[in-house]
Amino acid sequence: MTPTTGKDMELICPAGTPPALRVAVDAGAHAVYCGFQDETNARNFPGLNFSRSDMAAAVDYAHQHGTKVFIAINTFPRAGAATLWHRAVDDAAALSVDAVILADIGLLAYAAGHYPDLRLHLSVQAAAANPEAIRFYVDAFGVKRVVLPRVLSVAEIADINGAISCETEVFVFGGLCVMAEGRCSLSSYVTGQSPNMHGVCSPASHVGYHESKGDLVTRLGNFTINRIPAGQPAAYPTLCKGAFRANNVSGQIFEDAVSLDASTLIPALCRAGVKALKIEGRQRSRAYTKAVVTQFRAALHAMASGAEIPHSVLAQVSEGQSATCGAYLKTWR
Amino acid sequence: MFTLSFRHDFRVPDFVSSALRPLPLLPLEIFLQQLASSIVARHPDILERIGRTDRLRFGIDPSDVPFAVEIELHHSVVGLRVLRSFDERLLHARITGTLAALIGLVDGEADGDALFFSREIVVTGDIAAVLALRNAVDAAEIKLLSEALALVRLWISQPGKLLRGLLADEPRRGYATDNERTQP
Repeated sequence: MTPTTGKDMELICPAGTPPALRVAVDAGAHAVYCGFQDETNARNFPGLNFSRSDMAAAVDYAHQHGTKVFIAINTFPRAGAATLWHRAVDDAAALSVDAVILADIGLLAYAAGHYPDLRLHLSVQAAAANPEAIRFYVDAFGVKRVVLPRVLSVAEIADINGAISCETEVFVFGGLCVMAEGRCSLSSYVTGQSPNMHGVCSPASHVGYHESKGDLVTRLGNFTINRIPAGQPAAYPTLCKGAFRANNVSGQIFEDAVSLDASTLIPALCRAGVKALKIEGRQRSRAYTKAVVTQFRAALHAMASGAEIPHSVLAQVSEGQSATCGAYLKTWR
Repeated sequence: MFTLSFRHDFRVPDFVSSALRPLPLLPLEIFLQQLASSIVARHPDILERIGRTDRLRFGIDPSDVPFAVEIELHHSVVGLRVLRSFDERLLHARITGTLAALIGLVDGEADGDALFFSREIVVTGDIAAVLALRNAVDAAEIKLLSEALALVRLWISQPGKLLRGLLADEPRRGYATDNERTQP
């Protein structure tokens, strides 16, 4: 485990477009993660992501400003179509990025075999949540950092860091998935497409909204998955954030429509040996990127100087306009 | 360089909206058509990012002013109409919100998801098209006030440009003819 003092904690920020990357760099990101314009990454949304030439320019810009670039190639190659994923790794290596974020064992083997100098990070999509699993990835592929799934408490993260030799990165802000990252088939069940294989959860082409008596009605595929009364915050159109009736109880049976905000836990995560803090939201705007990166850089600065972590002002950009510390505190049932 | 920066929760007062109601729409349509064309000419990457070659017709519906805008994208051409109300059947997608919220989205000052969560904007229709448009516009780094002022300066220095817009069918250049205006 590499002890962290807070001063060497990294802030890893999302960018869905080249201007968002520049905003993240300018706002003080230590590293920016982004993806190519195809299903090799888990934010394969219309109008989003980087062409090869975009990525080359983005890497140049980031490196000129002392910021690292990680490329997410974190979906699982389809049988018979692995060339697309291999080409993404080839191109990332050719662009001299600082790391690639991978989830699939076969792709990790490809990257480790063809590019031994390419730094490998294990994606949250791999769902490696215990020391044995993490040690396998380190020993087999030389993984240098693991992005931990959002199922662990701070104490469990500390235990993991005490038992492994690589760095860990944890999410501190943004949308939450159901607690089985890389293994969720809810979107696939309804639409035939999933974040794991196609890079899209609840693809926009399958989403419909309409208003009925002031309520916002959300449909996914052939199902109505939510009906939100006027004046209440809306949620993403995913099954996990939908509201359903079961056993005469109506409500969100999978997850509340709420964002993760673990800014107050940064000192505890630091003491738990975490190396890097990750912000979710490659699908979000430049305005979101600027607001969140600025807030978390201020939090890191405050911690490094011994000051109190500043109060979060990010509720406005949060799903459901409310926040949770998620599994880190495990205050739910 | 001017930047447009104001609160996206600002709402045009009712008395202002009422005062705008009797005004003719054609001058605004000419202005917005030329503004849209110049923005697309300056930012061709918008259409590349949207990545659709089929004809797309968006209804932009500022809820606090007495007019709405239909924008039609087809290949590299943008057409625009200013209307009192939409024929919903002719739209692929509709985006409704206050004028300030919609300008904030174009100008990169507001976050589309946040406006959706807070119910400040409502989107209906082809959500994939809306998402592509939103992401493409955000990536274009448009400074709307600067673009508008540049157009005004052009009109002042080249009044013929304005005249052509008034005399010709310039406002609807590139727009589908009425025969082509089929339902999506």
